[in-house]
Amino acid sequence: MSAAPHAAPGTHRPNSRVHDRPMLEINKLEKQFGDVRVLTSIDLNVEAGELVFVIGPSGSGKSTMLRCCNRLEEPTSGSILLDGEHVTACHGRALDRMRLKIGMVFQGFHLYPHKSVLANVMLAQVKALKRDKAVAQARAMEMLDTVGLAHKADAMPGELSGGQQQRVAIARALALDPKVMLFDEPTSALDPELVGSVLKVMKQLREQGMTMVVVSHEMEFAREAADRVVFMDGGVVVESGPPEQIFGNPSSERLRAFLSRLRKGGE
Amino acid sequence: MRFLDTFFDGAVMAKYLPDLLSAIVTTLWLSGLIVVGGLALGLALACLRTLGRWYLTMPIVVFADLGRALPPLVVILIFYFGLPGLGISLSGPLVLILVLGGVLAAFAEEIFWAGLTAVPKGQWEAGRATGLSFARTLFDIALPQAVRMGIPPLVNRALAITKMTALGSVIGVKEILAVSSSAQSFSGSATPLTMAALAYLAIFLPVVILSRGLEKRYSWAV
Ligand SMILES: Nc1ncnc2c1ncn2[C@@H]1O[C@H](COP(=O)(O)OP(=O)(O)OP(=O)(O)O)[C@@H](O)[C@H]1O
Ligand SMILES: [Mg+2]
Repeated sequence: MSAAPHAAPGTHRPNSRVHDRPMLEINKLEKQFGDVRVLTSIDLNVEAGELVFVIGPSGSGKSTMLRCCNRLEEPTSGSILLDGEHVTACHGRALDRMRLKIGMVFQGFHLYPHKSVLANVMLAQVKALKRDKAVAQARAMEMLDTVGLAHKADAMPGELSGGQQQRVAIARALALDPKVMLFDEPTSALDPELVGSVLKVMKQLREQGMTMVVVSHEMEFAREAADRVVFMDGGVVVESGPPEQIFGNPSSERLRAFLSRLRKGGE
Repeated sequence: MRFLDTFFDGAVMAKYLPDLLSAIVTTLWLSGLIVVGGLALGLALACLRTLGRWYLTMPIVVFADLGRALPPLVVILIFYFGLPGLGISLSGPLVLILVLGGVLAAFAEEIFWAGLTAVPKGQWEAGRATGLSFARTLFDIALPQAVRMGIPPLVNRALAITKMTALGSVIGVKEILAVSSSAQSFSGSATPLTMAALAYLAIFLPVVILSRGLEKRYSWAV
């Protein structure tokens, strides 16, 4: 991986707007599946233009937290606000509109296999955002260009490598002009040699000032690109802070144990 | 020559050709209505079932199970000979359309439903996460994939059901088998039955070939 310049927290980035409140606010979020409590009073604020990196052992609730943010999972209690608007209070059409502002990238890409790459990136623009077809197509091509795949616009998803599919999935989310992008292990399903291309796009996005929450095991990426690292374990946020603190000087025993397991296991 | 006289008697053919042609037309429009109605009803029921409401799911499952379990001939006879006892008289063609269309709907509902449940959950999540409504996600994302998976069994089932229009012969519908078997008993020649077989081939062989093209068109690299 290339040695990108180390970005300190709060580094000035061109498009990051000045906000008087966090872009994404998670307050006292709780989630239970039946009797099993998976998230316990999660509080997390993500500032506009900030990249928050979430780590934690398997089953610690990272995915569940992200999925509560766009209500793919229904929070048991607590509130989530996006740019001051209540995500947790919306229903029906209002929730659909809210989801347009929250981009999500999945571990498994989930491109629509029966639609071309271009159609994948256009679908929600036309059907949910009600953009004019021509406008949506132009926007889709622009986004595909951003992720370096404009030349694959007419391909079917099945003809692309995993890394290319994931970049299309990112373009599909970006085309809706979201206020925040949520990534749930975006590179975990990829062959090692394809991981770099996806991380590169994510870094580019960060440079452009996108607010991002990234669940991933790519610690190298976290060191280079994260403003803040959040460590979750057992459904609670155990520790959070700038990457150099979390990786260099962990204060909790649980985080130290997690990091040493990672280093031994090589992820 | 015995063989040709028995199965391909030219005089008999000429005599019964007009009757047979009109029977072919009858079979065609009956089949068309049964297939279109049956598939549409099956699709609608499968879509309703995705809503996951027990008061919709339960009657749909009961309908699909009965439709698939009962021999169509039994139901046809009940509708045609039994319902008049309740003061409901339906014409032969109408009974055929209702029963066979219903049976096809029962099978089609199960096929569409199986396809819908085979669509990965991630497809739904990707749709909903990009702000698409439930209905949009169903129609633009899940259903096209379910239909594609269902095409081979649907074509087979539709063919099997439309061939059952021959059952109309027991309730006086003038379709191919009814006309040709009465011609056979009047003429004492098996030739009308040969003509019936050829007529069925002429109708169904193109459908079989067409279905192969359809399968190709709806397949995509995965
Ligand atoms: N739909 C569900 N029903 C019941 N339990 C669930 C469900 N989804 C997740 N869980 C449970 O919630 C806990 C947290 O799961 P989650 O997927 O959020 O963890 P994670 O931190 O993302 O783990 P991983 O690193 O393996 O992806 C796990 O114990 C999991 O078994
Ligand atoms: Mg997870």
